[in-house]
Amino acid sequence: MLKAKNRLGLVFFPAFDWAISPTHPEREERLLYTQDQVFEEGIADVEGIKFINPGLATEKDVQRVHFCVPDVTSRVTESHLISAGGAIKAAEALMEKEVDKAFAIVRPPGHHAQRVVFGDRGFCIINIEAVMLENIRQRYGHRRISIVDTDCHHGDGTQDIYWNDRDTLYISFHQDGRTLYPGTGFIDEFGGPAAMGYNINIPLPPETGEEGFLYVLDNLVMPILEEYKPDIIINSAGQDNHYTDPITNMNFTAQGYAKLNHRLNPDIAVLEGGYSIEGALPYVNLGIILAMAGLDYSHVKEPDYDPGKLKQSPRTTEYIKKLCETIYQRWRKKEDIAREALKTLNGRGYMARIRNIYYDTDGIMEEQTQKFKICPRCSGLNTIHSRSDRGYEIFAVSIPRDACPDCIDEGYKAYKETPKGKYFRIYLQDRVNDAYMSQ
Amino acid sequence: MIVGLDMGGTHVDACLIDRGNIVEQAKTPTDRSDLFGSIWETLNSLLSGKDISSIEHINLSTTVSTNAIVEEKTAPVGMIIESGPGMEHSFLSCGQENIFISGYIDHRGREIKAIIPEEIGESVSRFRRKDIKACAVVTKFSIRNPMHEIKIRDMLKDEFYPVTMGHALSGKLNFPRRVFTSYLNSAIYQVFGEFCESFKQALEKEKISVPVNVLKADGGTISMNAAQQYPVFTILSGPAASLMGACAFDPGDKDAVFLDIGGTTTDISFAADGIPLFEPYGISIGHFKTLVRAIYSVSIGLGGDSAVSVEKGEIKIGPRREGFPMALGGPMPTPSDAMIVLGLLNFGQKDRAISAVKNIGEQLGVDAKTAAQAIYEKMGEIIKQKVDNLLADINSRPVYTVKELLYGKRLKPEYVSIIGGPARAMAPVLERKFNLPCRVPENYEVANAVGAALAKITAEITLLADTAAGVLSVPEIGMYERIDRNFTLDMARQKALELLKQRASILGAEGSKIESEITEESSFNMVRGFYTSGKNIRIRAQVKPGLQYELRGGNYA
Repeated sequence: MLKAKNRLGLVFFPAFDWAISPTHPEREERLLYTQDQVFEEGIADVEGIKFINPGLATEKDVQRVHFCVPDVTSRVTESHLISAGGAIKAAEALMEKEVDKAFAIVRPPGHHAQRVVFGDRGFCIINIEAVMLENIRQRYGHRRISIVDTDCHHGDGTQDIYWNDRDTLYISFHQDGRTLYPGTGFIDEFGGPAAMGYNINIPLPPETGEEGFLYVLDNLVMPILEEYKPDIIINSAGQDNHYTDPITNMNFTAQGYAKLNHRLNPDIAVLEGGYSIEGALPYVNLGIILAMAGLDYSHVKEPDYDPGKLKQSPRTTEYIKKLCETIYQRWRKKEDIAREALKTLNGRGYMARIRNIYYDTDGIMEEQTQKFKICPRCSGLNTIHSRSDRGYEIFAVSIPRDACPDCIDEGYKAYKETPKGKYFRIYLQDRVNDAYMSQ
Repeated sequence: MIVGLDMGGTHVDACLIDRGNIVEQAKTPTDRSDLFGSIWETLNSLLSGKDISSIEHINLSTTVSTNAIVEEKTAPVGMIIESGPGMEHSFLSCGQENIFISGYIDHRGREIKAIIPEEIGESVSRFRRKDIKACAVVTKFSIRNPMHEIKIRDMLKDEFYPVTMGHALSGKLNFPRRVFTSYLNSAIYQVFGEFCESFKQALEKEKISVPVNVLKADGGTISMNAAQQYPVFTILSGPAASLMGACAFDPGDKDAVFLDIGGTTTDISFAADGIPLFEPYGISIGHFKTLVRAIYSVSIGLGGDSAVSVEKGEIKIGPRREGFPMALGGPMPTPSDAMIVLGLLNFGQKDRAISAVKNIGEQLGVDAKTAAQAIYEKMGEIIKQKVDNLLADINSRPVYTVKELLYGKRLKPEYVSIIGGPARAMAPVLERKFNLPCRVPENYEVANAVGAALAKITAEITLLADTAAGVLSVPEIGMYERIDRNFTLDMARQKALELLKQRASILGAEGSKIESEITEESSFNMVRGFYTSGKNIRIRAQVKPGLQYELRGGNYA
């Protein structure tokens, strides 16, 4: 039998008994044909590939990342806890050195879930990569991480969660927000005051193909990663850039995904979106599995694969080259850009981020103001005022992992002294002491 | 009366069972150069003086197929493999000639690329050049649509024999295993067939005209005629026979551990709710992983004759056997010597056993008795530890639904059933280590023959109905036909049970005795665009595994 070059842990959990609704893209059938392909290929028999069952993420795991309104239990189903728990198990196998790499093929996805959770948006309620990452940081110590998100939609949830964290470099490739949900992910969304430059968006034009994606990887992502030197690379492996995906407009392929994964060489991959359940997912997932295991993926091709038809236009190629150059220059000048941004504060001690957030799956609109304190000793305390159009108003205080004693004290003070009557709920998330409370 | 015959590596064991009672037993040494002769001798001695007209059937467990594979006495096979897109396929080259052809069927059974007849023609001439007679044809996803395999078989059948088709062997998805299983089936076809023919002729000569069934690795049987078509199902049936025997002595509906403690190894199996646990995909033989359904059995290098030594102040037992226990003049101290010292076993020369164990004791700084006790405890501990590890593995087998993950069955043994030479001597220590009742059946020496005798015809089928495509497939019987868009899960269940009965009858079962059950079922809404386009219904049905009768009378120690 075959032997994998890299020991690979595979958490494969298709949740065959769970759907958002019977005809929703996020339904029981989603990974059925992927399972057929993975089983038929005999992946389970490859020496060095190990199937691992997911566990359940705990309430505490979710609270390290999110403020669920009113609470975790009422927002999050068992299926979400299993999806995040699957990602945690994959990472755990890696951290325990049982495997060299791990891939969690789980559903539902998570990268649209932001810090505050009123409901489901973009088929996501909790951010499974972030829940995983904070769990392993808590258990195995601090790590410098890069999340490379190759889903076709901008991972606005992951961006929000790591907005002000320079130890988590978030890089997202996606279809330009002017042409696709969630409508964000532009190059000037660059991170909070303590992490400016550590949130990198690469909005690609519709019909970008293999050539474009691999160009971005080789000429922009890899050089940035070489400079950043993360301890762990996580691939948010959405598969909806595929040419057969029903809800996007890109021309990426199974071969392309496998090559991208091979060159990116992530430690952990986690499935995100991807709704071409017959034409793409079986082949893309197989390609990623083989690439991560260090096996030959050159024979993985879709039935209707035709490189001629999928060739990217020279105009697109030109556009992408310029875009990469611009983004790379911004990365190089991130300190200057941060300095300029701080000047505009005119001595205010914080930077505000004001947004309206739409929950498309649940039809909720949220108005939110985040304030990031400018602190010379740490990333700075931050607070969130938020109100949903269902009438719930909340106030949340978050003490970051690297908070200085002053910011910790200030956080507890803010939590205690905020008048209770004004809000539906008040929350405190203390990442220094791994504590969470609400009133 | 039923005859059960189990041909093992060292002995042929036979028994005659009359309505649940063992009425006769026989045992002869196996002559490896004349397997058929050994069986025939045993059968003669079993049946001498008996009324052969009251024999209902003969159940036979043989090592013919296993030996042919392990000793590489197999026929050359020409493989035609359609691997489609996916993994690089060179590792599938298991035949003497391997042709990779260019057709392709996808996961839903749709033909993406037709077969090219010229490629088959080219295969034929290459097989001819090497004087290959046996072939196998395997295509990726053939269990979803067997048409390529069938077409190619039709092109080969006039010149080659047998032509094994992958889809007929198992309904499970696993292309590499399908390739290897098909290869093995063709490779042992001739040697197994010859054995069967000699057996049938000998019976005819003795005017014994009763059905003969052959034991499979899953602890069930199929008729000898069916086994000649699919000899690969008869590999590694020996441990299955023993386990079925142990189950017969100790029937129940509980979770249990089964231990067969021999001289060199201990075989570990489990029952879940009284039913033997199966391998998830199929059994492995040599370096081949197969789709042959089999009872889960793990062998560890630990037995009564395992060598005992002291390493870094710790007792080490096995995994090697260096020879007999020292009580019988062997070279190294063994657990049997320790158990002789403790008075739990009684054979050989006790003084030699004492000096063997004393030697171990000197290295540990204790007296012989203490050393013997320590060896005995250690043996119990090793078995317990291994069983615990296997249980942890079994209980973490992958599951795919929220319900199974949260509420799925966890195997939790309630007793331990032990057979084999040191079974009775080991029972007390295992009872302590496991903290579970340990049972030793009285006639365990013939468990294998009893298991063979009481095994029944088993079969399984896999049905997939894709109402969006309007197709129903049942690979094990080569069925691939149109269905209505209104085909339902309930109709699929009915159909599966009917087809299973037909299949079991073809394999030798009596229609009225077939107890069938559905073991897996699922039905997925298929949605294309925003509309439901059909259902994807998947069902697996089997003849209930188990025994024809439970044994009666005092069979417990």
